[in-house]
Formats: sequence, structure tokens, C-alpha cells
Amino acid sequence: MADTTHSAGHEAASAPGMPQLDFSTFPNQIFWLVVTLVVIYIVLSRIALPRIASVLADRSDTIQRDLEKAEALKAKAVDAEAAYNKALADARLEASSIVAETKADIQKDLDKAIAKADAEIAAKAAEGEAKIKEIKDNALASVEVVATDTASAIVDAVMPGAADAKAVKAAVKAQLKG
Amino acid sequence: MADEATSGFNIHPMDQFQIHSLFGDGPIHFYTPTNVTLWMGFTVLAIVALLVFGTRGRAIVPSRSQSIAESMYGFIYKMVEDITGKQGLKFFPYIFTLFMFVLVANFLGLIPTSFTTTSHIAVTATLAFAVFFTVTILGFALNGFKFLGLFWVSSAPLALRPILAVIELISYFVRPVSHSIRLAGNVMAGHAVIKVFAGFAGALGLGAIAPIFAITAVYGLEVLVAAIQAYVFTILTCVYLNDALHPSH
Repeated sequence: MADTTHSAGHEAASAPGMPQLDFSTFPNQIFWLVVTLVVIYIVLSRIALPRIASVLADRSDTIQRDLEKAEALKAKAVDAEAAYNKALADARLEASSIVAETKADIQKDLDKAIAKADAEIAAKAAEGEAKIKEIKDNALASVEVVATDTASAIVDAVMPGAADAKAVKAAVKAQLKG
Repeated sequence: MADEATSGFNIHPMDQFQIHSLFGDGPIHFYTPTNVTLWMGFTVLAIVALLVFGTRGRAIVPSRSQSIAESMYGFIYKMVEDITGKQGLKFFPYIFTLFMFVLVANFLGLIPTSFTTTSHIAVTATLAFAVFFTVTILGFALNGFKFLGLFWVSSAPLALRPILAVIELISYFVRPVSHSIRLAGNVMAGHAVIKVFAGFAGALGLGAIAPIFAITAVYGLEVLVAAIQAYVFTILTCVYLNDALHPSH
């Protein structure tokens, strides 16, 4: 090996083989390793680990709290739903009662109107009947007059001079009464 | 040495693991600031950036960096709790320190031209032996001689127990070795392979599509390995710790 000037200090530096087995460097490595480990341990145990532990504890507390809050809100929501359902049922009940009431009112009005109409119809029918009766009576009276006249004329024609107006009239009346 | 690579087929896959002084060429004492110091410093900075500055908001709805920090915290916390039980949680800061160091050092090592501290057996062996001695001392301190029950498999037939005890004992003492070599070996091997392919690419010049494709593929694999090895190192630490806390078989 040419460059002995490069590393005059280390005997094994330019020798073939593993630098891992160069025992002359062991004290140096072990010393610095111990220093490193002590520094890491102090930093971790004084600062890093307590901090991380407290953060983790805080987080689990927060999550716990949030879960409890969510539970309470859920219960509230269930209550609200029950209240809503109750209100809905009440409203339905009220609506149906209003409907029944209105129906009854309408029925009453309708009944009244029907009764009035019936009465009017009955009155009109009675009037009509009276008129028909009057016309019938008139017609009957006319029939009596015509019959009397016809009978008088026939009697007159069969035996003139024998006609007695009063007797003819009584005979016709008796015939008509049947 | 690096100058030689400009021409010809010249691959030095292990050069990237070289430890050198940051200032001057003097001998490396234990306190000398080296590239190890530099990259361990970056590791600390990255961890601080993620876990301290990243969580600065303390937000209930986390920011991106805070979310990453929290998921890492949660991941390791759950791992410690699952494996070692409630008693293990007081060791959570130590285990989290180990995990963050290994993970961040592995990832920083994947930055091209960086130095990977966890590729060195000195570093991983220190970590593994720290775990080993902690577990052993803790085991005896908490359980007294009952800790030896770890080696006495009471569920096995009596005749087999001494043999099993020998096997258990050997496996117990091999633990720090496997624990450390697994991590350093995985990281070192991957980096060396990438470097070898990079050498091929340099030698082939413009026609280096295949090696570049291979580098990309191995790099993707290494990103996976970086995370998985950190995970494995941590979970094994938890398993060993569980032995100290509950030694009965």
C-alpha cells in the first residue's frame, strides 16, 4: 500500500480486513456510544416521553368526553323524536275530531234543508190537489147542468109541454148520484 | 487508497466502515472526536428533532411528526407491556432509548457516504452486553437464587433436566453474542453488498444498468432490514428482560 502518510495514526487502516475488528478503535466507539445513549436517555425521559404520554392521555380523555357528549345528544334526539311522534298523534286526533264535527254540522244543515224542501213540496202538492178538486167539482157541476139541459130537451122533444124543469133537475141529480 | 479507484476494477467494500479522526491524523484515543462521534451526534439530533421538536405542538389532533413520534411510542410501549407485563413498564424508557438509537442509526447509515455506527460490533456488543448484565443483575436482585430456575426446566422429565440445564446455560451466555452480531452483521453485510455493486457500476461506466438496478433493489431491502433489525433487537431485549422479571419456566 502506497499511502502510509494518509493514515499514520491507525495501524489497521490500510490493512486488508474488517475495520470492525480493529480493537484500537473500540474504546473510542464505546465511549461515544455511552455518551450518546446517556444524552438520548436524558432527553427522552425528561422531555419527550412525559410529553407524549400526557398528549396521549389528554387525547383519550377528550375522546372519552366526546363519546359521552355524543351519548347525551343521542338520548336527547331520541326524546325529541318521541315528542314529535306524540305531537303528530295529537294533531291527527284533533284533525279527525274536527272532521267529524264538520261532518255533523253539514249533516244538520242538510237535514234542515231537506225538511224545508219536503214541506214546500207537500204544500205545493196540497195546493195542486185543491186546484184539481176545484176543477173536478166545476166539471161535475157542468156535467149536471149539461145533463139537465139535455134531459129537458129530450123530454121536451118526446112530450112537449109536459116538461117540468124542477122534476127533470131532481131526476138528473138522482141519476148522477147513482 | 481512494485515488486508486478512479481507474480499473478496484472495490473496497469495507472502506466505508473505517474510523478516522475528524480533526487531524493523530492517534484515536477514547475521547477523540471521530466520524463515530459525528454520526452518533446526528443520531441524537434526529431523535431530538422527531421526539422533542416534532411533538412541540402537543396537539390533540397530531401533526405528521407528532403522529410518527406517538406511533413509535405506542408501538414500543405495547411491545414492552405485551412481553414483560405491567412490571416491565418501568424499563420502558431504557428500551425506548435502545430502540430509537438503533433505528435512527440504521436509517442514518443508509444516507449515501454516511457512516453507520451500528455496523460496528463494538457498538452493538456494548448494547447487547449492557442488556445482558442488566438482565442478569436484575434477575438475581429481584428473584435471588430462584433466578437460576430459568435453567432448571421443571416441565421436562427429571432425567433430562441436567442436560437441558447445560443447554440453557450455554444459550444464556451466547445471547449477547447473537444479540450483537445479528444487528452488526445484517447492517454491515448490506452496506458491503451495496458497495460491491457500486464498484461494479464504477467499473462498467455508462453500461452499468444492471449494477445500478441491483443497488436500488438492495437499498430497498436495506431500508427494510434497518427497521426490522431495530425491531428484533428491541423485542429480544424485552424477551430477556421478561426472563429477569419472571424466571420460572
